[in-house]
Amino acid sequence: MNIVVLVKQVFDTEAKIVIGSDGKIDDSNVTLIMNPYDENAVEEGLLLKEKFGGEVIAVSVGTDKAQETLRTALAMGADRAVLVNDPAIQAASDEFAAAQALAKAVSGLNPDIILTGRVAIDYGSKISGRVAEALGIPHVNTVTKLEIDGSKAVASREVDGGSELIEVTLPAVFSAQKSLNNPRYPTVAGIMKAKKKELKTATLVDLGLDPAAVAGKLQILGFSLPPARKAGRKIDGEPAAAAAELAKLLRGEAKVI
Amino acid sequence: MAKGIWVFVEQSQGKIRKVSLELLSQAKILANEKGEELAAVILGQGIGSLAGEAAQYGADKVYLADDAKLAAYTTGAYTSVLAKLIRENEPNLVLFGNTAIGKDLAPRVATRAGVDVAIDCVGIESDAANFVNLTRPIYAGKAFAKVASPSARPIMATVRPNIFPLAEPAAREANVVTVPVSVDEADLRAILKDVISQAAGRVELTEANIIVSGGRGMKGPENYVMLEDLADVLGAAVGASRAAVDSGWKEHKFQVGQTGKTVSPTLYIACGISGAIQHLAGMGSSKVIVAINKDPEANIFAVADYGIVGDLFQVVPVLTEECKKLMA
Ligand SMILES: Cc1cc2nc3c(=O)[nH]c(=O)nc-3n(C[C@H](O)[C@H](O)[C@H](O)COP(=O)(O)OP(=O)(O)OC[C@H]3O[C@@H](n4cnc5c(N)ncnc54)[C@H](O)[C@@H]3O)c2cc1C
Ligand SMILES: Nc1ncnc2c1ncn2[C@@H]1O[C@H](COP(=O)(O)O)[C@@H](O)[C@H]1O
Repeated sequence: MNIVVLVKQVFDTEAKIVIGSDGKIDDSNVTLIMNPYDENAVEEGLLLKEKFGGEVIAVSVGTDKAQETLRTALAMGADRAVLVNDPAIQAASDEFAAAQALAKAVSGLNPDIILTGRVAIDYGSKISGRVAEALGIPHVNTVTKLEIDGSKAVASREVDGGSELIEVTLPAVFSAQKSLNNPRYPTVAGIMKAKKKELKTATLVDLGLDPAAVAGKLQILGFSLPPARKAGRKIDGEPAAAAAELAKLLRGEAKVI
Repeated sequence: MAKGIWVFVEQSQGKIRKVSLELLSQAKILANEKGEELAAVILGQGIGSLAGEAAQYGADKVYLADDAKLAAYTTGAYTSVLAKLIRENEPNLVLFGNTAIGKDLAPRVATRAGVDVAIDCVGIESDAANFVNLTRPIYAGKAFAKVASPSARPIMATVRPNIFPLAEPAAREANVVTVPVSVDEADLRAILKDVISQAAGRVELTEANIIVSGGRGMKGPENYVMLEDLADVLGAAVGASRAAVDSGWKEHKFQVGQTGKTVSPTLYIACGISGAIQHLAGMGSSKVIVAINKDPEANIFAVADYGIVGDLFQVVPVLTEECKKLMA
């Protein structure tokens, strides 16, 4: 079974966002990690390989730094990796180009299954659905359980107010929800082995894409930070009295209940 | 030449979702300003009666695709119908609620139309050159990006619930256009086998006006009953911190924060939650924040409009009773 996993490098969740003097998001002092949900996607890929055999290939669109994230996937157990690195794709901001590039890179690998994370915790641009559409195949998002039977897969997915059971014909894209599995940690041996595994880099032209044709349709005009919140009022007194006072304030002053 | 503003009106079991009405309300203001027509697009089965409601909230025109194939939402059938309708009518702007369905459908339709889609927008401003500029949170709300599509049409966006106020419904009628339904063979490769609904009654976290949320301070799953009681009185949804989710007290779908759901309710009541950066990212845009925590130094107080330093087990039950009295 050919299994492709899409992994994105993102800021650590502890990161404070700083806008630099050039008006862009400053990434100089942030720790970069694999998007947390992509760990679940890699894990699912490895579990499928353990069951059905085949190969797990990690694919990312990003800058040179994203090699680290691909190495993490390799250390977890992926067999090889592909990094699409092209100045024409402004890594995080050009979603349209990133989706087209991922679709093209993936189609060259002839996958039976493509696994992604439920959401990237930085831009959350719904890349998975776009990749699936560009490939003309089904996509099931927020997957909490995945079962493969020959050329068919049955996935449970979370929806507002419940869950659904969806059957698809492979190849298809599945986006991992956290409860899908428990991602393994790379072992020391895994990390050593990962250093020798293949990590290929490709540009848009290498993939056979015309940078002009995949240029983004949405442009970022600028970034801003949310207004800082101020500490409001502390309500003193005995718990019961404070609670009663709070209820009054929510009703009379804040007018929210 | 593209023309018109569209809202994809999401319905389930014959009821229009609130976010769709919010979008119609706001899009109407924009349409008036631009001198454009506002159209509601409704897909489903037996949904004819919803056209009137869409009109009351501002729709001049209603595209109605009423067919057995659309009875339940499936990505393939809905994408097929909507993408065709867009291709034939070339709207300027298409808005979706940022719901499970909106987030699933919009990217597929956009890609098929050869355009981008801005996800989870919290601001739509009219712009002379770009038609609209859109504001969307990034890094789960730690920052915002303002984006625009200068030339590609339609502009597509999903919009977060609870951002735009509902208009007063007006006595109006819309021009109803019946949409012929045909689904491409290739779009039928995913089959909905089963739907498992949860106990009804609670509003969806991302759509709730009020959220009562509990963290590690709740001490155990059994104590969430206390939050459920308060939520019942307030008509609220119940959320949780990651610590509570990791402890197995609440399912992941109730987690608020950078790796959970991002919410913007009118009122967020944090009980026994310390206020870690990842949690604040997910709820920092709430209009009013209340913190109940026994540690006066807890970070949550730095963002709370009202704070009670105290034991939640003493505070919450009284709060529930007092709210019940006030709201009776
Ligand atoms: C990659 C990553 C992603 C993350 N994503 C998220 C996320 O999406 N959402 C999220 O919430 N967290 C997230 N976290 C975790 C986050 O860092 C915190 O660990 C978590 O938010 C803490 O939850 P808490 O406030 O419930 O628990 P704690 O920090 O342990 O706080 C419990 C609070 O309860 C108070 N308390 C205890 N007993 C009582 C009582 N009887 N009455 C009143 N108060 C009491 C205590 O004073 C304390 O302030 C993430 C972390 C990482 C590393
Ligand atoms: N630049 C990228 N490179 C590789 N995979 C990506 C990239 N962007 C998004 N993805 C994948 O798509 C998933 C969803 O991302 P998003 O749609 O941006 O929330 C992520 O969890 C990744 O699996």
